[in-house]
Amino acid sequence: MAVASLAGSFRDLSIAEDAVQDAFVVAAERWPVDGLPPNPAGWIITTARRRAIDRLRRSARGRELEAQLDLPGDLDEEGYSAISDDRLRLIFTCCHPALRMEHRVALTLRLLGGLSVEEIARAFLVSGSAMARRITRAKFKISAADIPYRVPHDADLPERVQGVLAVLYLIYNQGSENALGEGAALRAEAIRLARALVRLMPDDPEAVGLLALLALNESRMPARLRDGGTVLLRDQDRSRWDGALIDEGQELLRMCIRRDRPGPYQLQAAVQAVHSAARSFETTDWAQVVTLYEHLHSLQPTAVVALNRAIALGELDGPEVALAALEPLREALDRYVPFHAAVGNAWRRSGDLERARQALQRAHELTPSDSDRVHLERWLSELPAR
Amino acid sequence: MNQYLLATYGSPGGGSGEPPSPEEMQQRMQGIIALEEEMDQSGTFVFGGHLHGPDATTVVRPGENGPMLTDGPFVESKEHLAGFYIINATDLDAALEWAKKVTDCIGNVIEVRPFGGTGKAVDNMPG
Repeated sequence: MAVASLAGSFRDLSIAEDAVQDAFVVAAERWPVDGLPPNPAGWIITTARRRAIDRLRRSARGRELEAQLDLPGDLDEEGYSAISDDRLRLIFTCCHPALRMEHRVALTLRLLGGLSVEEIARAFLVSGSAMARRITRAKFKISAADIPYRVPHDADLPERVQGVLAVLYLIYNQGSENALGEGAALRAEAIRLARALVRLMPDDPEAVGLLALLALNESRMPARLRDGGTVLLRDQDRSRWDGALIDEGQELLRMCIRRDRPGPYQLQAAVQAVHSAARSFETTDWAQVVTLYEHLHSLQPTAVVALNRAIALGELDGPEVALAALEPLREALDRYVPFHAAVGNAWRRSGDLERARQALQRAHELTPSDSDRVHLERWLSELPAR
Repeated sequence: MNQYLLATYGSPGGGSGEPPSPEEMQQRMQGIIALEEEMDQSGTFVFGGHLHGPDATTVVRPGENGPMLTDGPFVESKEHLAGFYIINATDLDAALEWAKKVTDCIGNVIEVRPFGGTGKAVDNMPG
């Protein structure tokens, strides 16, 4: 939040970052002695602002810049609503479509998420220096190409919001690959940022939809791991689901439905809400799930959505129907782990264990997730012997 | 105010893909004329041009015994630099809007590159 506020004034993310870091160092020294200021956040921002101005004044170029920039005085009430605007500007800048996805993710997590470069690197399985390079390159692009620091114009807003949501969703999903360690931190960041976005843009139903989706997915996390392996939805102990998150997700979804402007994230959230409402896998309203995926497919005709639809169809109408719906997707999804897992499951249910084994082994080969690997090994070992 | 290069890439046929029909060519010409008028009116157009293709191109490169010449483009590829605009734009978003209009008009791929400095090198030296 402090970085956002300063980035607004100084239009240079590096200056903003360094100044905020300086301010935190000073705070760590002074607050234990002087006591907490009445407005800690405001103190940080004001101190950082002064530091940034000091830095600028040290160089001729900096003094030139200082003259050009319109730097407001210390923060007051008005300053605080400006912070929200700054935060929004920063989110849209970090998620600008001219930046490649991995750069958007890195920049968002670093500048808005407050994660260290090392933490982000570990979460995305790259080295610290590789992640630092992504952030540097992204900042350079913003500066050199002059990506404007602002909330997009109304006409562009829907598309640009979808871009932000895609970044947050990617961060959440990366955090789900491995449920423990860095994964938990990533998921928490994604949810925190999604909440902030909803506070900033309460009238955007897709932003609300994403938060609902993340809340509902997160509600199942306590049940998703057992003995180091992923537990599938069908086998999860539903008593371990987080009721508060389910309530939040369902309430958010009700808000969306009232707006009646459906979109992909709202629909995905609706699917998860159907699961959350079901006592058991078997008693899930599969017809409703199929309908929702069909609606989603009409908006996003991707192979992955078709896959999810096929899986739901299988639950509704049996494994032969699932297999018929899955086969046409093979070419598009041949490297996609959930596809092979779904095929394996359908063959298992229809009694062809050899084909089931082949599919599950393919999934096992492909998955980068340790917990998924453990789960698949368990599944393979549970298949009746040849 | 920034300057951007909008570099148009195309394949020898004309646009990217099938060579355009005479009617399509006519439509594109009209579109481009109108677009360039808009660029002019808004102070966006700085300079532009349509380049002759790879067959008219010569490359000069440094060599052991002095600069060497080659007939043909720098990079042999299906797509070549077909033309360009240099435009004034307040920021990347503005430049991208113009690039989108160009590509809507003529169907080519446009590379949008910001200028670091324009004019002579001596005018862009630091200090």
